[in-house]
Amino acid sequence: MTQSRGVGEVLAACRAEGRAALVGYLPVGYPDVPSSLRAMETLCDNGIDIVEVGMPYSDPLMDGAVIQRAATQALEGGVRVDDVFRATAAIRAKGVPPLVMSYWNLVLRRGVARYAADLAAAGGAGLITPDLVPEEAQDWIDASAAEGLDRVFLVAPSSTSERLAVVTGATRGFVYAASTMGVTGARTSVGDAAADLVARTREHTDLPVCVGLGVSTREQAAEIATYADGVIVGSALVACLEDPDVDAGLERLAALTRELAAGVREGRR
Amino acid sequence: MSTPPTPSPGRFGQFGGRYVPEALIPALEELDEARQKAMLDPEFLDELDALHRTYTGRPSIITEVPRFAAHAGGARVILKREDLNHTGSHKINNVLAQCLLTKRMGKRRVIAETGAGQHGVATATAAALMGLECTVYMGKVDTERQALNVARMRILGAEVVAVEHGSATLKDAINEALRDWVTNVGHTHYVLGTVTGPHPFPEMVRDFHKIIGEEARQQVLDLTGRLPDAVVACVGGGSNAMGIFHRFVEDEGVRLVGVEAGGEGIEGDRHAARFATAEPGVLHGAMSYLMQDDEGQTLETHSISAGLDYPSVGPEHSFLRDTGRAEYRYATDEQAMEAFRLLCRTEGIIPALESSHALAGAIEVGRELGPDALILVNLSGRGDKDMHTAARWFGLVEDDGQSTPTSAAVETGGAECVSAVEPEGGVQA
Repeated sequence: MTQSRGVGEVLAACRAEGRAALVGYLPVGYPDVPSSLRAMETLCDNGIDIVEVGMPYSDPLMDGAVIQRAATQALEGGVRVDDVFRATAAIRAKGVPPLVMSYWNLVLRRGVARYAADLAAAGGAGLITPDLVPEEAQDWIDASAAEGLDRVFLVAPSSTSERLAVVTGATRGFVYAASTMGVTGARTSVGDAAADLVARTREHTDLPVCVGLGVSTREQAAEIATYADGVIVGSALVACLEDPDVDAGLERLAALTRELAAGVREGRR
Repeated sequence: MSTPPTPSPGRFGQFGGRYVPEALIPALEELDEARQKAMLDPEFLDELDALHRTYTGRPSIITEVPRFAAHAGGARVILKREDLNHTGSHKINNVLAQCLLTKRMGKRRVIAETGAGQHGVATATAAALMGLECTVYMGKVDTERQALNVARMRILGAEVVAVEHGSATLKDAINEALRDWVTNVGHTHYVLGTVTGPHPFPEMVRDFHKIIGEEARQQVLDLTGRLPDAVVACVGGGSNAMGIFHRFVEDEGVRLVGVEAGGEGIEGDRHAARFATAEPGVLHGAMSYLMQDDEGQTLETHSISAGLDYPSVGPEHSFLRDTGRAEYRYATDEQAMEAFRLLCRTEGIIPALESSHALAGAIEVGRELGPDALILVNLSGRGDKDMHTAARWFGLVEDDGQSTPTSAAVETGGAECVSAVEPEGGVQA
């Protein structure tokens, strides 16, 4: 594995700066493939540390209304799995590590080993799997090891101590802590569950722990940055692109990214 | 990395498993433990047995249908009458048991998905009986074709949520129910209605329905002195089929025949014949045969029966299929409707459109096996809920479904209808 490919180096650098990393999610193909690549580059130009490339899926059961609408539009626009690899290459060219977030059947259908090889070849740092737990993931664990890719599994407020041990034991890169029980989407408050979950997770691993689900504002980012290694923002970024004027949407996206980047720096520990 | 994770339980060969968000794993483990304890607890089993006898009306009877059988190659045909259960289908078996489990787990709310409405009505019924809050998710397309069942659920006190995204059918209702469950799992149990989903659902739902096959096997033995040559059942998710198949799996001489929805024919994309066209994939928490495109996106399906309009199938069916223990055919909308009309006119029984697919399958199996054969068919539900669809199909009402029958339509649907099922037709292998 080349050290520069993974997200660990970036998270370590952020930690050395005494701040949390900012991780931004956007789906490829929304509002269309070329614009989505521009949007991801916009994130890179405005202070994002790691980009999550979402692959639209017909049955996104972990996603709320904003991301599901975007995914539906992207699929109607003809987005293909190959477009994910175009996106990862574009992000890598900006010097930012790209992580793909994909529902499992899309990986399975392509072939787990082939998917891993294609992702690595396109500069991908790894994969986040919202509907794949370690017990079902042996093929992916083997393939990601062979290609030097990170594998980001999720923990949730409902995770028991035993589950935290299993999940963190299989994870490479960072642990994704779901802040609340529920699906993606901006919320007014992230709540206490996230801090408790991060603390419980750290009892089992030295890996960085990043918090996602429900984060949308600079203030929330600053608050989470006081206890987490990274702050993950999705729906709020996607919502910027709902503007029918693509350029105006990208401007809103740039502004929000800068705000959030400031937020993670305000939460210095 | 530490030691490799132990694979999830609940596999049927390569099929099954648990492909769900981490947030649900603790709930699935809690459910698995609760149901295993319950199945060994005489108090639970007695309570469930009493509900079966005094509320559902079990054991359901069997009915021999000789006038219908005359159109099935003259074989003896016996129906297992799950349509006579309270709420009109087999679904109540599973729902009563899961709602009892919900109470044992200390949860106060149940959610469910429904396609045709049978499972939704059963869940709303059990929730009313046991004082549980109830929300039912239903695709908007299905709420329109099953409006009567929507009213029924609401009268029973359930909230019915029409799901408008995706194809607005059963699979999207399951997505929405899973979202609700992820959010509210602390006080809510998801009463999944069929033998799919993450472990322990496929195994648990099968076990709550295996009473169908246990009763039927003994009833057929008592009536005929022998086991049937074939057991035939429709397969959407596959719960009624697993329920009746399970007790016969060890009986090697008994053919197990599942009948899927062939819709408008499998040449195009308007069908739900998974075993005829699909390949293994993951949907709704389980690995099974799945109708998907070359990238793994779920394909839309079609059936005249909302209950069979589902792109995947219970993982145990996939296992039975790949091991050759069970065989799966399909019946088109047209073949199912002809079987529907035939049973109505020859035996005075109005079957559900789902069950009509099994009847169409029985016609073909009977013609293949000949007059010495004995065929057991699971009549999984009654057709009251499908009257609107049937009336439109046969031209008994105007297209808006509101009008009174025309005399011409009534005449067309007269006694001569029996001959309409005489031509070869039948079910495709």
